[in-house]
Amino acid sequence: MKDTPLSNCERDFLIKAIEEKKRLDGRQTYDYRKIKITFGTDYGCCFVDLGQTRVVAQVSCELVAPKESRPSEGIMFFNIELSPMASPAFEQGRQSELSVKLNRQLERCLRNSKCIDTESLCVVSGEKVWQVRVDVHTLNNDGNLMDAASIAAIAALSHFRRPDVGIQGEEVTVFSPEERDPIPLSIYHMPISISFAFFQQGTFLLVDPCEREERVMDGLLMIAMNKHREICSIQSSGGIMLLKEQVMRCSKIASVKVSEITELINKALFNDRTARKAGRKCGFAESLPQERITALKTDQSEVEMTDVSERASDIIQKAEAPPPIRAASPVLPAPGVGQVGHGLQNTWGLEEDEEQEEESSGEEEEIKMEEEQREKDKTTEAAVVEISDSEEEEVVILYPETTKKPKNAGSSSDQKGAAASKKRQKK
Amino acid sequence: MAGLELLSDQGYRLDGRKAAELRKVQARMGVFAQADGSAYLEQGNTKALAVVYGPHEMRGSRSRALHDRAVINCQYSMATFSTAERKRRPHGDRKSTEMSLHLKQTFEAAVMTQLFPRSQIDIYVKILQSDGGNYSVCVNAATLAVINAGIPMRDYVCACTVGFVDETPLADLCYAEESGGVSSLALALLPRGGQIALLQMDARLHQDHLESLIEAAMTACKGVSKVLDEVVRQHLQEASVLTRE
Repeated sequence: MKDTPLSNCERDFLIKAIEEKKRLDGRQTYDYRKIKITFGTDYGCCFVDLGQTRVVAQVSCELVAPKESRPSEGIMFFNIELSPMASPAFEQGRQSELSVKLNRQLERCLRNSKCIDTESLCVVSGEKVWQVRVDVHTLNNDGNLMDAASIAAIAALSHFRRPDVGIQGEEVTVFSPEERDPIPLSIYHMPISISFAFFQQGTFLLVDPCEREERVMDGLLMIAMNKHREICSIQSSGGIMLLKEQVMRCSKIASVKVSEITELINKALFNDRTARKAGRKCGFAESLPQERITALKTDQSEVEMTDVSERASDIIQKAEAPPPIRAASPVLPAPGVGQVGHGLQNTWGLEEDEEQEEESSGEEEEIKMEEEQREKDKTTEAAVVEISDSEEEEVVILYPETTKKPKNAGSSSDQKGAAASKKRQKK
Repeated sequence: MAGLELLSDQGYRLDGRKAAELRKVQARMGVFAQADGSAYLEQGNTKALAVVYGPHEMRGSRSRALHDRAVINCQYSMATFSTAERKRRPHGDRKSTEMSLHLKQTFEAAVMTQLFPRSQIDIYVKILQSDGGNYSVCVNAATLAVINAGIPMRDYVCACTVGFVDETPLADLCYAEESGGVSSLALALLPRGGQIALLQMDARLHQDHLESLIEAAMTACKGVSKVLDEVVRQHLQEASVLTRE
């Protein structure tokens, strides 16, 4: 299913906001969204929430024959599935460009950096080695799948326990978890990927783009580092052109972020370990917050009111002298003749007073605020007459003598003409 | 590959080069008559063929056409005899798809696609012999092919793979150096403005060494651009000499 295209005004809004250093969710340029890491009941299962982006990683292993070129090393296999659950743009089964890109980036980030000791995965050299497989499934796409996937993969690998193996001569016995405790994998370091989104040909930079920001970005720079300040992988994508200084700046920012995130992963692993030892329940169901309605009103949210008074006085001052637009004087046609057109008297539906009021209320509501302020200033009486039965709408009838409207000149002349002709009719 | 000294005490590498020396580059433009542009480039033992068709009308799905620029379509493949062991799947596997995406991204930055709206430019690159630095050789060959096709570009696109061994950056890695677990950085550069079109790095490298590595890569790319410029001028001279007669 094709993704709904982004409208031009939304795109312009996003880019303008980024130029003013504002983000959709109120973050700063270098801020990450809230990261939540939880583990499942089995070893090697990890859920990561990066804001609204959710991914799940599962590690599994089996005994296979090793590669001929590396007979004494285990095999690592990574796979990211972009399931249609995550976004309507993802199609089941088709290997899209994004899927290839994410898979290769995860492979390069974790495999080439040698974060896991593959030699410890060897059971019988040349015959049997462990093949460790990491499957990452995306559950909800709200931007920055790469970072979430890398955090999930490395956390799952750190959480995973492989079965213990005993070798007696030629015989190899694999012990089940009940017989002997499973052994954790030996992990040298934790590579975490940090994504930077570039806008306006590299002028503006954001860390951790959300889905909307990803749609308008020019390009992406992914830097994978570990907490020892070693860069494990860099990948630039999208048609942007970078400068060396930008890359260096990004790597400095990345080192700060990586140490924070590594702290978070270690804390989550520690909490899970203590929870398991204490025998408490753990797992995905436990990690979901119980959403109960405790109150029928929402909390007070803060609204920025610092410059409201200045802006209000600005509007009032600017509205002091509206340019008087003389609408064409309404021509009263002979009875039986109608006129329809912009700036002319509208002779349609003059009989229905109610319809008139509702039409005028619909058009006038948006400038009602301006009107009311101006009217209050001029201290003319605001003619607010309740005609319609609707309790929500405030109906304003405007007479040509009292107020002049700069906007909606066309329709206002209709209303003025209608009101004038109505008055004449009443007379 | 343990035991092979990638950089000796006297500063010589496995094939006798110094640390910042590039491999010998030999190139020919206009090798095929059928294609709009073609080039053959050898960098040491790595040999690549690049062929460009376009700009022409969008083939296949018209809906993918962009209203204001041309679409660049790249395909990277390796000949089955290019590596030491016969390659079972020359294209369609993940690595080739990723390489095609990187090539596309590199040339989208360099080619002036705004001049050809609603059209398509095809770039096909084939590796005939792989001895390290596949991506860089592809980019260099494709640059020559695009120039041969007469498609306007902002600047030469030059690429080079550099590695980091014993605190020294090595320019233009060969296969033995690449597979030795050396941290390698592939960089595609537009030399005049110093703008990086693509940056790709694998394996662990400490952050402090990153700047010197990128610097070395940029110097190597500028060297490659001089060589490519020579090749283009020579080709033009030969062509003009032939037409004059």
